[in-house]
This record gives sequence, C-alpha cells and structure tokens, in this order.
Amino acid sequence: MVKPEIAQIWDWLDAVPDPEIPVISLVDLGIIRDVTWEGDMLNVTVTPTYSGCPATTQINEDILAGLAANGLTNVTLKRQLSPAWTTDWLTEKGAASLEKFGIAPPAKGVPARCPNCHGTDLEKSSQFGSTPCKALWKCRSCLEPFDYFKCI
Amino acid sequence: MDPLFQFLLRLGDNTLVLGHRVSEWCGHSPVLEEDIALANTALDMIGQTQLWLGLAGEVEGKGRSADDLAFLRDAWDFRNVLLVELPNGDFGQTMMRQFLFDAWNVTMLGKLMKSSDQRVADIAEKASKEAAYHVERSGDTVVGLGDGTPESHARMQAALDYLWPYVGEMFASDEVDAAMVKAGIAPDPSSLRDEYDALVTRVLTEATLTKPDSKYAHKGGRTGYMHTEHLGHLLTSMQWLQRAYPGAKW
Ligand SMILES: [Zn+2]
Repeated sequence: MVKPEIAQIWDWLDAVPDPEIPVISLVDLGIIRDVTWEGDMLNVTVTPTYSGCPATTQINEDILAGLAANGLTNVTLKRQLSPAWTTDWLTEKGAASLEKFGIAPPAKGVPARCPNCHGTDLEKSSQFGSTPCKALWKCRSCLEPFDYFKCI
Repeated sequence: MDPLFQFLLRLGDNTLVLGHRVSEWCGHSPVLEEDIALANTALDMIGQTQLWLGLAGEVEGKGRSADDLAFLRDAWDFRNVLLVELPNGDFGQTMMRQFLFDAWNVTMLGKLMKSSDQRVADIAEKASKEAAYHVERSGDTVVGLGDGTPESHARMQAALDYLWPYVGEMFASDEVDAAMVKAGIAPDPSSLRDEYDALVTRVLTEATLTKPDSKYAHKGGRTGYMHTEHLGHLLTSMQWLQRAYPGAKW
C-alpha cells in the first residue's frame, strides 16, 4: 500500500463536517490534534470539546468513515484530554464560516458583533445555547436572537 | 480498599448524582433558556462522571466500566456528598445547591490540575474549564434571585438555610484523603475551606443573603456510612433500565 502524505490526510479530515455545526469541519473546530503514521497504522489524536459532548461518539465514527472513504481503514483514534481544548484552536476559516451561518464566533468574553446585522448593541440571554459549546445572545439593533460560540 | 479508587468514586459519584438531579429539570424549568442551561450543565457533569468513573474502573482493575459503576451499584456503595443527592426543591434551591457545589468543585479541580497522578491532572484540567463556567452561571443566578424580589429573596434565603448544614461534608478528611495527600495526588479537603469561604461569602454578600451561623455538618455520604433516604429514590429512577433489562444496550 502507498501511504498517503500526512498533508493529504489533513485535507480529507478537513472535509469531515462537525455533526452539530456542519458548516465547519472537525479540523476547523480544532479537535484533531495530531495525525501520524505508525508503521501501516494511522493514529489520529482527537480531543473532546466538552467532556459531556454527546457528539463525541458520532465524531469518532465520522472520522473513521471519512478516512475509510479514501481507502484508509487501519486507523486508531486516540483520546487526548490535555492540553484541554480551547476555542483558540478554531481556525480563521472556521470562524468566518460560523459567522456566515449565523453563529457569532468566539471572541474575548463576549461576541464582537451580531452575525445578522453586525450591530454591536448586544445582550446575553443565557450562558448556554442549543449545544454545550454555545451561549444564547440577542441583538438590540435587529432584535434577532443568535448563538454565540462561547470562549473557553 | 484502594484509597485512589475510593477517592475517584467520590469525585465521580458527586458529578453523577448531581448531574442526574439537574437533568430532572429537563422540560420542567421556569423558562426555556434555563431549561437548556440546566440540561447542558447536567451534560457536563455526566461527561465528567465518565472520566472520573472510567479512571476509577481502570484503577480498580476488575474490568468495571464507568457505566457498570454508575448503574450496577446500590446506594451503600455510592461515595457522593449528601449535598448533591438532596431533592431539587424549587428552581432557587436547585441553583443554590449548584452554586455551593460548583464553588467547591472549581476550587478542588484547580488543585487537582497539579496532581502527581497525570491521569487525574488531565481530567481536572478538562473539567475545571467547565466548572469555571458553571460557577459563573450559578453564582450570577444566586445574586440575581437573592438580590431580586422579596419573594425570590425569601426563597433563596430559605434554600441557603436548608442546604448550609450539608456544606461542611465537602471539607471533611479521613484516611482516604490522608493517603491522597501523602501520594501528592490530591489536597486535604479541609485546606480548601478558606478559598471556598472567600468565594461563597463574596457571592452571598452581593446576593444580600445571610450565611447561617451554624457549624453543624451532616455527613455520611462520602464515606458511604449513611446516605439520606433521597439517594435510593434517585437510583431507582436512574438505574431502572439496567435493573429491569440487565445488560441492555442500544
Ligand atoms: Zn443584529
């Protein structure tokens, strides 16, 4: 078997969408920490976003399926807790996709602007949104509620 | 019994029992935002449980998984503090209980990040980020309701008076703790009290609530000596499926 280049494998993983926020990839989300060959076996190191994230199992299955679609079946997934996932690992491409989709990307403590009208007169509705990684905010200019990808 | 196993059961049972309690609000909260927030908090706690009890099973070395420990033990084998098994009461009581626990959890996890056991340190690093977020939310809610209307203030004071005698158990020490201190795995719980009191006093003062004078502390949960009657009822609900259909998977 010809082993694909690591860079090629990162590209394939970048095509695997996050199951809860499909506009960004798992690579964009920053949860894929390492990809290495160990002989003929590929090791993929994954870190959870939140310890109770219900998407974790789905994410693991999607990674395996995404690699299998490109002919890679000898894959081991490794869970890494430390260093703990941080929203600093979200890619710029991912942040732009989030905003386009209507989710304010993580900023310093509070969202920078409304993803709908770009207004800055904002109000927090709840520290938690529709998934553990999001909070619920409201824009006082256009009155739309929106999700904020909270900063941790 | 291996003190590390005991210690991990205490951490995992705290988050398991509280996570289950909080999940009881799902679909019943006063407003939608709070419903979602409580469900997410419960989810984080159950996630932390999987890590703590997963490691407990590994340390025990008898092939028990986190699920086995959660679903196949009876009340006397649980090692959570009594505070977390107390009934939800009203929304205010639930949030007061959450705050009193979160303040302890965030303090403890901060110390455990420096544990001599790398596995414990890694879990603590992950969980402490979530705990920091939880205590911010529960603390804000305690302030909002305590310094709110006369009705909400009275309810929060009543909740604090009811729950305060259960706070002391979180700082009790025994031979398990002594073994953890000796191995550099965890601090003596009693050494966390000053930091905890500073945080709790700051929030309660802002919430215009009065911390009860009583030093009395109910105990028996973390040692397993005697739980309250409430734990058994909680377990019949939480463990029902595995009791009715042993080994069921889906
Ligand atoms: Zn707007």
